[in-house]
Amino acid sequence: MKYSYFPGCSLKGLGRAYEESLLPVMRHLGVELEELEDWNCCGATAYMSVDEAQAGVLAARNLALAERAGPHDLLTPCSACYLVLNKTQHNMADFPDIRERIHRALQSARLTYTGRTRVRHPLDILVHDVGLDVIKEKVVRPLKGLKVAPYYGCQVVRPYSTFDDAWNPTTMDRLLATLGAEVVHYPLKTKCCGGSLTGTLPEAGLRMCYILLKEAVRRGADVIATICPLCQFNMDAYHDQIDRRWGPTRIAVVYFTQLMGLAFGFSPRELGLHRNFIPMKELPAEVGKT
Amino acid sequence: MKPERSHNDIRIGFYVCHCGSNIAATVDCEAVAQAIARLPGVVVSRDYKYMCSDPGQELIQQDIREHGLNRVVVASCSPLLHEHTFRNACAAAGLNPFYFQMVNIREHDAWVHTDRAAATEKALALARAAVQRVRFHRALEPTRLNIRPEVLVIGGGIAGIHAALTLANGGKKVYLVEREPSIGGHMAQLDKTFPTLDCAACILTPKMSAVRAHPNITLWTYSEVVKVDGFVGNFTVTVKRKPRYVDEELCVGCQECVKACVFKEPKFPDEFNAGLGRRKPIYLPFPQAVPQVVLIDPDRCLRLKTGKCKQTCVEACADRQAIDFTQQEEQVQIQVGSIIVATGYKLFDATRIPQYGYGRYPNVFTSLELERMVNSSGPTGGEVLLRNGQPPRSVAFILCVGSRDLKTNRWCSRTCCMHSMKLAQLVREHTGADVTIFYLDIRAPGKGCEEFYDRSLQEGIQFVRGRVAEVTDWALSPEEEGKLVIRVEDTLAGFVRRIPVDMIVLAVGMEPQADAQELRRLLNLSCSTEGWFLERHPKLAPVATFTDGIFIAGCCQGPKDIPDSIAQAGAAAGEALALIDKGYIEQEPNTAYIEEADCSGCKSCIPLCPYNAILFDELKQKATIQAALCKGCGTCVAACPSGSIRQNLFEDEEIFSEIEGVLA
Repeated sequence: MKYSYFPGCSLKGLGRAYEESLLPVMRHLGVELEELEDWNCCGATAYMSVDEAQAGVLAARNLALAERAGPHDLLTPCSACYLVLNKTQHNMADFPDIRERIHRALQSARLTYTGRTRVRHPLDILVHDVGLDVIKEKVVRPLKGLKVAPYYGCQVVRPYSTFDDAWNPTTMDRLLATLGAEVVHYPLKTKCCGGSLTGTLPEAGLRMCYILLKEAVRRGADVIATICPLCQFNMDAYHDQIDRRWGPTRIAVVYFTQLMGLAFGFSPRELGLHRNFIPMKELPAEVGKT
Repeated sequence: MKPERSHNDIRIGFYVCHCGSNIAATVDCEAVAQAIARLPGVVVSRDYKYMCSDPGQELIQQDIREHGLNRVVVASCSPLLHEHTFRNACAAAGLNPFYFQMVNIREHDAWVHTDRAAATEKALALARAAVQRVRFHRALEPTRLNIRPEVLVIGGGIAGIHAALTLANGGKKVYLVEREPSIGGHMAQLDKTFPTLDCAACILTPKMSAVRAHPNITLWTYSEVVKVDGFVGNFTVTVKRKPRYVDEELCVGCQECVKACVFKEPKFPDEFNAGLGRRKPIYLPFPQAVPQVVLIDPDRCLRLKTGKCKQTCVEACADRQAIDFTQQEEQVQIQVGSIIVATGYKLFDATRIPQYGYGRYPNVFTSLELERMVNSSGPTGGEVLLRNGQPPRSVAFILCVGSRDLKTNRWCSRTCCMHSMKLAQLVREHTGADVTIFYLDIRAPGKGCEEFYDRSLQEGIQFVRGRVAEVTDWALSPEEEGKLVIRVEDTLAGFVRRIPVDMIVLAVGMEPQADAQELRRLLNLSCSTEGWFLERHPKLAPVATFTDGIFIAGCCQGPKDIPDSIAQAGAAAGEALALIDKGYIEQEPNTAYIEEADCSGCKSCIPLCPYNAILFDELKQKATIQAALCKGCGTCVAACPSGSIRQNLFEDEEIFSEIEGVLA
């Protein structure tokens, strides 16, 4: 099982713990990832809202590189990259003028993109290609007694619900249950984390983070599992400010791949868990018992 | 009998209609008339404002008499609308109506083009084709088909019941086939009806009993139509009768067997109560069921599933011996002259909109579930209760769930505004709870409905305008704790609101029945893109279909309320009665026939005929076509290897000259 791999900027910087846990977990499951050579910015958020076609050129260059690299699907862990690459594919299919502009730009770099490469999220690949039964076999330390709030964020399910339901996605719920964890009913699983508002309009952005954190604590979760570097950062990094405004809501926010790694027997350090601002609490005593 | 080949005595009259400005705005009618006048054989060529008007028809008749016309062509609208008008005009002037040919330059030309020059050229080409072909027309006589007086009504909801009773009261024999174990349909599940709040059962059950008692009605419940052959006047219908495992003739509905069943308590979800109640494997669907005959659910009954049971039900039935575990499915064939389809609708599945939480949050109900709750014979004995058995203090209705929604169904289901307001008033009456209705627009166009809306407002029901974004159970404030929270943009107040409530009712819309497509194929009906059965004309023929002798009524044609369903059922019955009382219909003589001398007797046409109209004469070793059965589809004509099958009104000469006319 082989995929091209587009990390995007976050997985090399702010969200490096995501890559640090994704790569060993995938290797452990026999999934081969080949990082795209000479990849560039996906064109995310800010650029996309200034000039959609121009941002699409950035995204399309990565798609063209993936198409040249081979027939494999392109694995894209970051939600923002995933959305922008999907959106560019949709724009190229639906709007001839954008397609034309992107083609011209790619041509000047002697690249082409025909639309063949499929953009895939690791959650999709793990649940639908690898399969929960295979994952279950690799679990050596079931996360028994660990209460996890599954948090998907917005970008992987909206506006394109490619592999899961837009309002009530369940792939991560099922994956976490396979690891032996207790999945908490968390109705905010696709509510906005505040995105870049935490920086530009903290009053609004931080309140959104606070609501997510408070509700997870209230429902008895030990940890929030996320699939997006920006969500993880927003909900992990601003605890001081949030606590000052609304009272303490301390809970660790980790990548789902980190929880997978723990269940597969990796050490927290191998999975980048030491990078969290709010560290994960001691695992419950039952963890590891079958 | 080959068509005439000499044209010296052909005298054609050509008429082009302006249709007010419908045609004349896009087609230069005068120019068309002038150009056609120059064609050989054309004696008169005129344009006129309204050819279908009395003076227009008079014009044709006068020309036939004065100029000795023996062919007539009119270029106007679709033949569906006025072919018979002009044929009748010809016949009135003594000309065989099949010497007439119609050209459609409105739907096929004027209405679909904007370029006047090009549209005029197209009109001319179409007119030339008709003038060329009409030369070869022959005098034909329509054949008559007798109409059997028996009628099949499919579906025993309020529409089917009303249609069946109307026909039966008119002295006609009716077969009423219903798929469920009792007639009554969705109306039987309703507690009260809007806008009068009269008891649904009180007005429905007398009609249900009348069906059972009527000597002219044969009622087959728990039965489905599986095959339909034949055509208007003479359909052969096969009905599948599912086994009830109880003899309908012997059972008197005492329900001693139900009491005696080895399942002491009702255990299985009860369909009639929308799954809120429980029933046993042997059961009567509901107290007023017609027929009053119990049935056994083979998936639940221990005797039928495992063969091992004490069969206390048989004991309880004692000497009556109505229970019969050996019953098998049967197929019955009937002959009818016409069919009324009244198969109704199904409710939208609320789990398709996951953000409203149906199936995830226990206190989110559908409108039908609430309907059963407010009914005194329902699962809660008429009390509105939360799943924990407590009465709600606040109730919200969400409208347009699966209606007026690009993501699910685009249409308005027409009844949910009124139905929800009715339920809202009943909930206030039963519980005194605060009631809020979340709506997009309140649609209350029926008689007495706007007044009902007024009354709802006066009774203190709150209305919030906006499509609800989400139903959730996370609390932001202490008063939201333990409640369901509705998040909605209040489009009148202009901001996003969070409204906590105890109970949420989803006003689910109507959809075509899941198997409507299968029935459509059985009956050869058309469907709208949404899947509702299509009427022949949206205004002028609302209960007829494109298949002669088959009529539609009620919600299978589109969402409607009880009065509209009954009005349609009466109309459909009236149309069937008119057909029966006339006794026959005239059939277009566009039938195929065989040139016996050329037929090689290869039989290749026989299996191709969809209507089984071709027989083989063993003595002559030739095929013969029964004109009464031929529908003029032309399949055999095209397939005959020796070219010996020909078809009236579609003779080779007619078609080739038509093509020449278009291309000239």
